[in-house]
Amino acid sequence: MSLARLPPRRFSVPLSSSGVLPAAMFALFAAVPVIAAAVAQSYLIDLATRTMIFAIAAIALDLLVGYAGLISFGHAAFIGIGAYAVGILSAHHVADALIALPAAVGGCVLFAAATGSICLRTKGAYFIMMTLAFGQMAFFIASSLAPYGGDNGLSIAGRNTVAGLALLRSDRVFYYVVLACLGVTFLVCRSLVDSRFGRVLRGAQQNPIRMATIGFKIRRFQLVAYVICGAFGGLSGFLLANSTEFVSPAYMSWQRSGELMVMVILGGLGTLSGAMIGTAVFLFAEEWLSDLTENWKVIFGPLLVLVVLFARGGIIGLWSRLSPSVHDG
Amino acid sequence: MMAEALLRIEALRKSFGRLVVTDDVTLEVMPGELHAVIGPNGAGKTTLINQICGLLAADQGRVLFAGEDITALPPEQRALRGLARSFQVTSILPGFAAVENVALAVQARSGSSFRFRGRAAAERALNEPALAALATIGLAERAQVPAGQLSHGEKRTLELAIALAMAPKLLLLDEPMAGISREEADRLIAVLRGFKGRFAMILVEHDMTAVFALADRVSALLYGRVVAAGTPQVVRADPQVRAAYLGEGAP
Repeated sequence: MSLARLPPRRFSVPLSSSGVLPAAMFALFAAVPVIAAAVAQSYLIDLATRTMIFAIAAIALDLLVGYAGLISFGHAAFIGIGAYAVGILSAHHVADALIALPAAVGGCVLFAAATGSICLRTKGAYFIMMTLAFGQMAFFIASSLAPYGGDNGLSIAGRNTVAGLALLRSDRVFYYVVLACLGVTFLVCRSLVDSRFGRVLRGAQQNPIRMATIGFKIRRFQLVAYVICGAFGGLSGFLLANSTEFVSPAYMSWQRSGELMVMVILGGLGTLSGAMIGTAVFLFAEEWLSDLTENWKVIFGPLLVLVVLFARGGIIGLWSRLSPSVHDG
Repeated sequence: MMAEALLRIEALRKSFGRLVVTDDVTLEVMPGELHAVIGPNGAGKTTLINQICGLLAADQGRVLFAGEDITALPPEQRALRGLARSFQVTSILPGFAAVENVALAVQARSGSSFRFRGRAAAERALNEPALAALATIGLAERAQVPAGQLSHGEKRTLELAIALAMAPKLLLLDEPMAGISREEADRLIAVLRGFKGRFAMILVEHDMTAVFALADRVSALLYGRVVAAGTPQVVRADPQVRAAYLGEGAP
């Protein structure tokens, strides 16, 4: 009963993503370092790394928004908490992933459990406002962390070691670690969606009162979903800090939360692979359009409106309408 | 005293602002009994059902179910204790196949739903009871159709299958015949007759043919009050009921 409701998805959009499209995307990601070397464009590796890192957060957000129907405008807070876990530990000369990663994910789990249990007492627009409020709270706390750079952020001495080994120092190794994390995220979320747990979430999105009257305490399921979503946000933040070797409050600004929502909607809500596509399109468009003009959002904004108006279900929706035989999500 | 009542509502009271919609209602349902609640629109029938199933909290009074005071319990706890309901306005999960609507009701009482792996839609232990419930109400052939694409009458019967899969002790039926054709209503009456004796039911209904065909006892509500209660014959003969609701020449 306590949730922001989205219209139920159209039946033609399959519930789970399987098959061709995600496989093609992962193959493409795997090939990027080779392609980048072939065309001598090393920035492609950076851009693809960034894309995969944000795709992890976007897939988790899609779990929450697309399947549980809970619209969060505070998702960037988890990326920020994960990143700050790396930065703060590193400032204290704790630079091993075996400590930093559990700290990043654990911090997000705690933050999600505490804030989620409060946010989920509200529904609809109020839920959105609560997530936004807690996201801003995290932002201002980060800004006020004077020992860790305050507004200016914090440089990190170098990437985390793994059990004392400098495995992540190579950009190429780091790239494939990120790819593996994305793969795990995608597979875990896909399994979640089809599981008993996921079915309760999907049911509660469609009709929370019906779910309550057949015996489900849906708020507990939604809270667990919120925590899972936050945990993957933490993973994303951990990777982002290692990728940029820098953290700043800007990582958790509300604009960033909004961009994550745009990525998910652009790709197609409730499809998981759409979140990956949306993230890629968003970040590549940002990169290329911002070469054309500083005000690239003037071009990107109307494009987004067109996608939402004419391609219901985002890019995935467009894809499945153009190729109805390919049942993919 | 007769046998212990399955459901006992004691002096239940509910107001919306200054409007009293449930006014000191006391009502008992015996195990296996079909108890009809009749009354004109606005008499407070759905509000009463909502207080029994827990979607609305009563202002005063108690609800006792199977010997337990459930007045303070949330709807999901009441559901797990054997209180199932259908809604006046069809309430299903439109994006799920019919069988999945029912399988979720089975899932709610079959182990933990905090399972994060394995395809729930492929669990035979959930699908078989769900298909059996669909077969009971004659919807087996439509099992794989998205519930949102079923006809209105089929949606009404799907609600019954969901309730059936909850293994209810008491089934709350809020106008199951609303908006369906005479033939569908007759079929539904036959289905409900088949339920009699398996579990108790409260039937809120305008269709007097259904009420008098099925009810063991009838309570008539008027402005939130029980104005008559007893066997269908007694209630039908009650002058207040005749004047307020049945009108002259009613069945």
